[in-house]
Amino acid sequence: MFDQYTESVLIFMLINVVLALSLYLPVSAGLLSLGQGGFMAIGAYTSSYLTVTFAWPFLAALVAGGLAAFLVGVIVGFPALRIKGVYLIILTMGFGEIVRVFFLNFERTGAASGLGGIPGHTTLPWLIAVVAVLLAGFWQLRRSRMGRAIAAVREDELAAEIIGINLTRVKIAVFAIGGALAGLAGGFYAHYASFIDPAQFGFHRSAEIFIMVLLGGMGNFIGATLGAVTVTLLPEVLRFLQDWRMTFFGTLLIVMMILRPWGLVGARR
Amino acid sequence: MLEQQVLNGVMLGSTYALIAIGYTLIFGVLHLVHLAHGEVFMVGAFAGLMAVRFAGGDVFMAIVFGLAAAAAAGALVELLAIRPIRRRKGHSLAPMISTIGVGIVLQEVVARTFGAEQVGFPHRMEATSWHVGTITVSSVQLLILGVSIVLMVALHLFVTRTRLGMAMRATAESASIAHTLGIRSERIVLLTFVIASALGGAAGVLVGLSFNAISPFMGIDMGIKGLAAMLLGGLGNIYGAMLGGLIIGMAEVLSVAYLASSYRDAFAFIIMIAVLLLRPRGIFGSLHHVEG
Repeated sequence: MFDQYTESVLIFMLINVVLALSLYLPVSAGLLSLGQGGFMAIGAYTSSYLTVTFAWPFLAALVAGGLAAFLVGVIVGFPALRIKGVYLIILTMGFGEIVRVFFLNFERTGAASGLGGIPGHTTLPWLIAVVAVLLAGFWQLRRSRMGRAIAAVREDELAAEIIGINLTRVKIAVFAIGGALAGLAGGFYAHYASFIDPAQFGFHRSAEIFIMVLLGGMGNFIGATLGAVTVTLLPEVLRFLQDWRMTFFGTLLIVMMILRPWGLVGARR
Repeated sequence: MLEQQVLNGVMLGSTYALIAIGYTLIFGVLHLVHLAHGEVFMVGAFAGLMAVRFAGGDVFMAIVFGLAAAAAAGALVELLAIRPIRRRKGHSLAPMISTIGVGIVLQEVVARTFGAEQVGFPHRMEATSWHVGTITVSSVQLLILGVSIVLMVALHLFVTRTRLGMAMRATAESASIAHTLGIRSERIVLLTFVIASALGGAAGVLVGLSFNAISPFMGIDMGIKGLAAMLLGGLGNIYGAMLGGLIIGMAEVLSVAYLASSYRDAFAFIIMIAVLLLRPRGIFGSLHHVEG
């Protein structure tokens, strides 16, 4: 249908959409994370280890990767109950770093030399289906009880608690489900890239996901999706600049924040 | 053995402290997590290297050059990437994204100019080392400690004894009240960036000298550790940042000596998270400065 280059760009774009949504979910409850790369690594490593070593079917491995990231998300979610704002951002950064160092030393998954020979199961139809389901889910969530609870927690925690919203449940749920989505994206990523190493999931990755959501605007999930598309396509469009494209990308980021400090589709609140 | 490890921890910790102070000054005045501070540190290290390589300078030249170059870089960051965004009163996290952009630019420009590989200072400047009982101290270690202490004392005196330092503290306390009292906050913000970046640049040269290897990508590692140190001490607290730096440095050195050395980078964060669980606002943290 597409040539290989277009297909790979589309696949990375859709994976990025899943990653952006994985961060948007906690963000919509006011919880910012700069450690989403860590969840992605957990999903990527878990699912690839299962397919490579135990020849698990793709779907089962993918789910297992998401589940592993979900469980870790529950654990990371607990500190998020007490720790807020900038403290939380840096704490999650630390979490991402811990995950990276863990896989850098974990012999069973190849440590620093990485894990290779991962079967290439990720295809475009798979990803289109997943993204479609996710977008529909986020659309539904907006108007649901849970969606309103999340918005209430973001706007005013204390008031939300007073009207009977279970803060603990909402916060841990958004953090863990967000983690699970990042883990899922990691599984897709690994089964397309066919080789993973810890360096791919470091601070750079977390920052990239962060940029997608903030560039798109934190107001709604469409913004996050748009941010993901922009962040994927920009470096491709800038390819003609060759060696200087990342410099240009960084500059563009600054300029965009100057021109549209509320994000591409962000609403002024 | 323990004495030696403690000494090494103090050396490493004092460089972390210098970086953490930079973060905390900027956070205190602007409520901004400056995610390119690690790259400013890296620019300082490269400027120091250039001074030694091309101008044939000595260690002090390297430190002065590193400090000056980082200060200039910091000023440019504020003028070009922070001020225009603050003027437009955008999302509170917009300047933070912008600093990620700055970090990418600085990294790439240095990598394109000097190559992406690690480089070292021309000749190992660790001229002499002394043995005191069971402890070995090298001249580079003494230099690191000496320069760090001098800079920290100078900062302390500046903040507590001068009018500008007072103005800086007032702006950190409340920018709007400071403004009403006639403090020109724009200048204070720029000054804060210059001081914070200069300290980071000096740390860059010191770290470059002690590891004898610098690379365009060294800013991330050091930056994250500096952030952890700032967080430990409590956001916006200079003395907290000093203590936080020492704790992180000590934790790292001791974990290498007595636990698994390959997990040294994770150990600092495990300590940070443990402390935050007990004191969610850091050791010296107050209720101020929580929301970013």
